[in-house]
Amino acid sequence: MAMKSKHQRLVLAVIAIIAVIGAGLLAASALKDEAAYFYAPNDVKVKGVEPGKAIRLGGMVVGGSIKKQADGVTIAFDVTDGKATVPARFTGIAPDLFKENSGVVAEGSFDDKGVFIANNLLAKHDERYMPRELEGLEYNATTHQMSSERQMKAEQQQ
Amino acid sequence: MIAELGLAALWMSAALAALQLVLAGGGLWSGKKAVAEKGALLSGVRPVAVAQGALVTLSFLCLLLLFLRSDMSVALVALNSHSAKPLLYKFAGTWGNHEGSMLLWVMVMGLAGAAVALFERALRHDTHVATLGAQAAISLGFYAFLLFSSNPFARLNPAAPDGQGLNPLLQDPGLAFHPPTLYIGYVGLSVAFSFAVGALLTRNVDAVFARAMRPWVLAAWVMLTIGIVAGSYWAYYELGWGGWWFWDPVENASLMPWLAATALLHSVTVLATRDALRAWTIMLAVIAFSMSMVGTFLVRSGILTSVHAFAVDPQRGSFILALLLIYIGGALALFGARVGTVREGSQFEPMSRESLLVINNLLLTVILGVVLIGTLYPLMTEAFGHQVSVGPPYFDRITGPLALIMMLAMVAGPLTRWRKDKVGVVAGRLLWPLLIMIATGAVLFVLGGERMSILSFLGLMVAGGVALGSIAPLFKRNLRRTPLFVWGMVVAHLGCAVSLAGMAADSAFTSEKLIAMAPGEKVETAGWKLHFDKVGPIAGDNWSAMQADMTVRRGGSVDIIHPQSRFFSNPPTTTSEAALLTRWNGQLYVVLGEQLDDGRWQMRIWWKPFVTLIWYGGLMIALGGVLTLIGRERRGWALKLRKSHAQEEWA
Repeated sequence: MAMKSKHQRLVLAVIAIIAVIGAGLLAASALKDEAAYFYAPNDVKVKGVEPGKAIRLGGMVVGGSIKKQADGVTIAFDVTDGKATVPARFTGIAPDLFKENSGVVAEGSFDDKGVFIANNLLAKHDERYMPRELEGLEYNATTHQMSSERQMKAEQQQ
Repeated sequence: MIAELGLAALWMSAALAALQLVLAGGGLWSGKKAVAEKGALLSGVRPVAVAQGALVTLSFLCLLLLFLRSDMSVALVALNSHSAKPLLYKFAGTWGNHEGSMLLWVMVMGLAGAAVALFERALRHDTHVATLGAQAAISLGFYAFLLFSSNPFARLNPAAPDGQGLNPLLQDPGLAFHPPTLYIGYVGLSVAFSFAVGALLTRNVDAVFARAMRPWVLAAWVMLTIGIVAGSYWAYYELGWGGWWFWDPVENASLMPWLAATALLHSVTVLATRDALRAWTIMLAVIAFSMSMVGTFLVRSGILTSVHAFAVDPQRGSFILALLLIYIGGALALFGARVGTVREGSQFEPMSRESLLVINNLLLTVILGVVLIGTLYPLMTEAFGHQVSVGPPYFDRITGPLALIMMLAMVAGPLTRWRKDKVGVVAGRLLWPLLIMIATGAVLFVLGGERMSILSFLGLMVAGGVALGSIAPLFKRNLRRTPLFVWGMVVAHLGCAVSLAGMAADSAFTSEKLIAMAPGEKVETAGWKLHFDKVGPIAGDNWSAMQADMTVRRGGSVDIIHPQSRFFSNPPTTTSEAALLTRWNGQLYVVLGEQLDDGRWQMRIWWKPFVTLIWYGGLMIALGGVLTLIGRERRGWALKLRKSHAQEEWA
């Protein structure tokens, strides 16, 4: 079943277009399941996150909240955005700049008890390399209020 | 003085690029007669391209010298270097920043253009001129970018007392190696882009053109492959996370051109050998370098945060975005306008090597599309106010299965004849690889395959079949008479199987132990006995560290390894230097964490069976490319040599 000479190019072009559309559909369906949204603790309180769903939780580590467990490699800490606070746990070697009263983005999911189980921590590295979500974020340790340049800009615009 | 010389050389290279563009464009515009006359036009453009390459290299050498001399009156040096830095990092630090890396980019582009001017002999003269013109047009945009928004030679007045230092994560021999190789590959693809534009402008898309373009594509692809492999290994040992690929947007930025270049490499071979897939090959050449530019936009515009994104500057972002739109849009418009004049190439049957290569191309394109969407999606959602991250779960889930299917097509391709073959016969040739695959699967299952993830299980299974299938083209051949380019293909395809086996083994068999231990304590994991002897401070060139001594035993062998936690003062940063112990069957990977209040130290210990196969396989893929390049071009080189000898004898 030889393809007619006029048709082969057309057939190939159609196949190529189908492949590209296929890639788009494939990507869209996977993105729906796998994309991890960024939540601040207050978003978690307001919107709720189902246990097991992969998200990024970002905010400030509450002062005095970091507790080392007996095994030496698990830590429990609280993350706050000034409006709500979420308990979190991490097993592993925390980045050096993971500190109390300092910003953190944790990747992971909630367990059934509402504790955020982080499997990765991103801390502010230096001014040239930090998680994008923490850019310009300031935390006032006495008032426990957070402010970010972004938020302020957004509020001004509103 | 040096800085001014470098800047002047850069301006002059830009002027020469403009001249090159005008000469080529004007010459082609004024009519074809002059072109036909033994390439009089070409001999005019050629020296300009060579001079441009030489001057931009001079400019780069000036910057290199400024870094080596730690000239703190130059802003870039003051911001990114430090006088107490070891010499290697002063040298490599030249491109460990935004401006320097862009200068490296235009230097590679200028040198690639010079190489096309000097060494290309097979291309029709008018196409050659148009190609050099296109190369100059792209260079010009990036020269403008450097000169107007990223001047590497800007002075600092008054000069800084000392520099701010280089990001310690970059202070590693990997910095001397990974960026240059990656850039040569990345930017080398601009040659393929220029060839495609040149061929479209002069209506010259055929097998002869493809044979001229192929070595340039192959060379760029080899360097890109080496650059990616080097980057992957560097990230693996430097970041201390035990992973070899993170689907970081910046990694994707290097993977996307590679996927396109791999597709291009195969389709240009179809065009060169069988004169088919003409329009498709041109399209891929445009896409490959477009992906390099998209990658540069992602990395250099500062819209992504990563260790690669040196500076955040919206003006630069819009500049690169504009360049991107002009070049990609222009090339696509040209393609649209001229594709009708590209005559259709030779026909082939649905069951033929061409068809299998089409499948390979389509799968590579689909993977490319999926990676591109996954990389851009967070940027698009952010524009609408949602912050989203797309990570390994997304990429693994789609690219994994697609890559496995592609591997199967890769085995079938070389075992199928060009133009026309019989399904039954091909199936017969595939019998043994298939049996090996099933046997591998059975053995794995008996050994406890149900504990693995389905993807690693299938990966190991396919790797077994592909390993045999990729050497199958050598069966029943006289090995001595087998052309070198066939060896090249076999080695590269075998490399894919080796690499796949490493990836699957790493994800299936890696064992990890996370523990806090005090000096004098012991731990056992995955057949290894580790004894934590002691820990103490040591000093390096521009860092101090806490270093642990650990005695590790397995079987009869005893080794001492030294994981470190390093502190750099300029800028103040701590990095962890993992200790790696390589055995033929895997790597032991130990990271020293922080000290606890009770005196214990955190330790993270991995045993990663056969993980090194990932990079050995990658290097085999590059080696295969080198063999093919030599095999294909040797005849041409021999001919050229003979010609020049003959000329000397005549003289």
